[in-house]
Amino acid sequence: MYVYDAFDRTLVAERVAEFRDQVARRLSGELTEEEFKPLRLMNGVYLQLHAYMLRIAIPYGTLSAEQLRMLAHVARKYDRGYGHFTTRQNIQYHWIKLAELPDAMADLASVGMHGMQTSGNVVRNITTDQWAGVAPDEIEDPRIWAEVIRQHVTLHPEFSFMPRKFKIAVGASAHDRAALRIHDLALRLFRNGAGELGFEVMVGGGLGRTPYLAKTIKAFLQKRDVLSYVEAVLRTYNQFGRRDNIWKARIKILVHELGAEAFAREVEQEWQNIKDGPLALDPAIVAEIAGRFRYPDYQRLEDGPPELAAARRADRRFDTWLGNAVANHKLPGYAIVTLSLKPEGGTPGDATAKQMDAIADLAERYSLGEIRVGHEQNLVLPHVAQRDLPALWRALDDLGVATPNVNLVSDIISCPGLDYCSLANARSIPIAQEITRRFRNLDLARDLGRLHVNISGCINACGHHHVGHIGILGVEKNGEEFYQITLGGKADEDAKLGTLIGPAVPYAQVADVVEDIAAAYLELRQRPDELFIDTVKRTGVEPFRERVYATR
Amino acid sequence: MPLVEGGRIVEDRYRRIDDDAPIPDRVPVIVPAKRFLADADELVRRDGSLGVAWPNDRRVAELAPWLGHLALVALDFPKFRDGRAYSQARLLREHYGFRGTLRASGDVLRDQFHFLVRAGFDSFEVKKPADARVFADVLARYSVYYQPGADGRVPALRRRLQGAAVPNAREPV
Repeated sequence: MYVYDAFDRTLVAERVAEFRDQVARRLSGELTEEEFKPLRLMNGVYLQLHAYMLRIAIPYGTLSAEQLRMLAHVARKYDRGYGHFTTRQNIQYHWIKLAELPDAMADLASVGMHGMQTSGNVVRNITTDQWAGVAPDEIEDPRIWAEVIRQHVTLHPEFSFMPRKFKIAVGASAHDRAALRIHDLALRLFRNGAGELGFEVMVGGGLGRTPYLAKTIKAFLQKRDVLSYVEAVLRTYNQFGRRDNIWKARIKILVHELGAEAFAREVEQEWQNIKDGPLALDPAIVAEIAGRFRYPDYQRLEDGPPELAAARRADRRFDTWLGNAVANHKLPGYAIVTLSLKPEGGTPGDATAKQMDAIADLAERYSLGEIRVGHEQNLVLPHVAQRDLPALWRALDDLGVATPNVNLVSDIISCPGLDYCSLANARSIPIAQEITRRFRNLDLARDLGRLHVNISGCINACGHHHVGHIGILGVEKNGEEFYQITLGGKADEDAKLGTLIGPAVPYAQVADVVEDIAAAYLELRQRPDELFIDTVKRTGVEPFRERVYATR
Repeated sequence: MPLVEGGRIVEDRYRRIDDDAPIPDRVPVIVPAKRFLADADELVRRDGSLGVAWPNDRRVAELAPWLGHLALVALDFPKFRDGRAYSQARLLREHYGFRGTLRASGDVLRDQFHFLVRAGFDSFEVKKPADARVFADVLARYSVYYQPGADGRVPALRRRLQGAAVPNAREPV
C-alpha cells in the first residue's frame, strides 16, 4: 500500500478546492455546460443518459480497508447505494448530483482518493497486475513503477491536452494479468540475458473501432530511463498525433501510419536529448517511493495447514470455491482470494455499500487490511492466511461474493452499456445477466473450463470484446440492437484479437448463440483439458460458425 | 483581448503584422512564421524587437537558428483542447534554451494558466477579461507539483529527498 505524504495530500486538497470553485461557477451560470465540460472531465465527471457519473481512480488497483469504506460511504450518501468497478481499476458512481460532487470529492480526498486522470485527454489511471506484490511469478512489485509514473504525469503541464486519452499499464510477471498489449503504452519488467532488470516498451495497442496490439519499440530500457522514455513517447504523440478526427486520434493510429520503426526513431531522437536531464531516475528517488509502500507484517506460516484439509473434506461447496477462487501466494501459508462480483443475474462489477463495508471489515480481519481491484471487475483479498480460508469463505458466501465462477463462462467482463452510457448503441448488462442464468449450473461451467466472455455496448470497446475468448459487441441496425460475435481473442502474454464468426444476431438470440458455441466446443475439444481458447486456435472459427448459423 | 505579463494586465508593446503589411522600424512587431522564414536574414537585422508567431503544426527546430535574435515567440492554441504548443514551449525553453518572451495566444482560458506557466510561457493573451483579472489567484490554487517543468521549480520527487516541508512560498511568474 502506498502511503500518501504531505505533498500528495496537499495536491489532492488543492484539486478539490479548485473543482468546488468550478462547480460553483457552473451552478451560478458563469460557466456554460460547454465551458464546464473539459473541466469536469479532468476530474472524472461525465454527463451520462440520466445523471452525472463520477469515476474515481484506484491507482494500480490497490485499496486499503479505510478507502473501501469511504467508497461505500460515497455510494450510500451521494449515490443509490452501490458502485461499479470498471475494467480499468476505477470505480464509477452513476447517479451523482452536480451540487454534491465537491462534497463527495472532499470525502474521498480525506482518504487520498480523487478523479484526476480518470477522463479527458491525459494519461489515465495507471493499471497493473491485481496480484502485484504477492504473485509467485513476479520479478519485482510493478506498483512502484506505476506510482513513479503516476506522480510524474499527474497534472502534467505538457500532456494535459493530448490528442486523445492515453492508457499505461505496467507488468512484472511471466504471466500477463494486466493486458499489456491492449494499452497505448505498456512496460514489462523482465531480466535480460545479462541478468539485468529493465523494461520492454510497447506502444500503440488499443481496442475501439480499429483494434491493434501494441508493438515493441524498445527491447530493453534501463530502469533509470523510465520517466525520460515515457516523456519522449508522450511528447512525440502530443505533437504528431492526429487531431483532425477523434476516431484516428489515439497513438495506435500514429504508430500505424508512421510505422512502428519510424515512430521508434522519432522517440529515440527526442529521448537522447532528455535522458540525462532531470528525469533520469536516481536510485534514491525510486527507493524513496518504494519506501512508502507499506508491506504487511506477514507471519511465518506453512502451506497446507491441517484445518484447511479438514474443511475441504467436510464441505464440498467450500472445496469447490477453494479450487476456483483461491490462488497461490508468494509466501508459504498465505493465499490470494478472488471475490466474484459476478453472481447469477447480477451486474458485472457492481458492489453495494453494504458489501463494500463488509469486505473492508473482512480485509482487516483476514487480509492485512488490503483489497485489490482487477481488470476483470472482481475484487481480491491478497494476503489471506490459508488457515483462515474456511471462516473467510463463510463470510464471503453470506455476502454473495463467493460464486465459484472465477475465469469461467459467467465471470463476464462488461461495460455499463445502454442502461447508463450515452455512447452505447446497445445494452450490455442484461446480456451478461442472461448468460449467467443460462450457465447457472456450475458443473457445466466448470466442465467448460476457462472461458472469458467480454461484452461491449458500442465500438468504443470498454468491455474489451476484441480480446474475449467470446467477444460480444452491440451495434444498432435500423433502431434495433444487434450483436456481433468474435471468437479467439485473448489479452494475456500471447495476446490476440478475436475473429468475427458471421452476421450480427438480434438481442434475444445472444444467449442462445453463446450456448451453441459452448456446446460446439464440448464436441470439438480433443481432450477435457483442452481449453476453449486452444480449441478455437486449433480449429479456427469455421466449425463454430457452422454450428451457430446452421439454424439461423 | 487583455495581455497578462508578470502576473498583471499590461499594455501590449508589440504590434501584429499581417502577411503583406509594411513593417515599421523601431516598433516591436510580431510577424507570421512564413513571412519570417522567407526573409529571416533581413528581419533579424532590423532595428526593433522582433517576435514570430509560430503555428502549432510546424516543428520549432526550424526556428532554432534564429532564436538568439528573437525577443518573442508567440505560440498558438487554436482550441483549448489542442495542446501541441505546450510541447513546443518546453522544447524552446529546455532544448533550445530560448530566453526571450514566450507568449500564449488563441483560446487561452484561466484553467490553462498553471499548465502554461509550467511549460515555460511568460506572456498570455487571455481570451476573457474576467479570466485575465484573476490570473494570480488562479495560479495560487496549487502549491505543489510532482514533475519538473520549464518554470525551474524543484519537483516533489526531488524535494522529498531533500526532506523539505510542503512549499508555500511561490516563485514569481
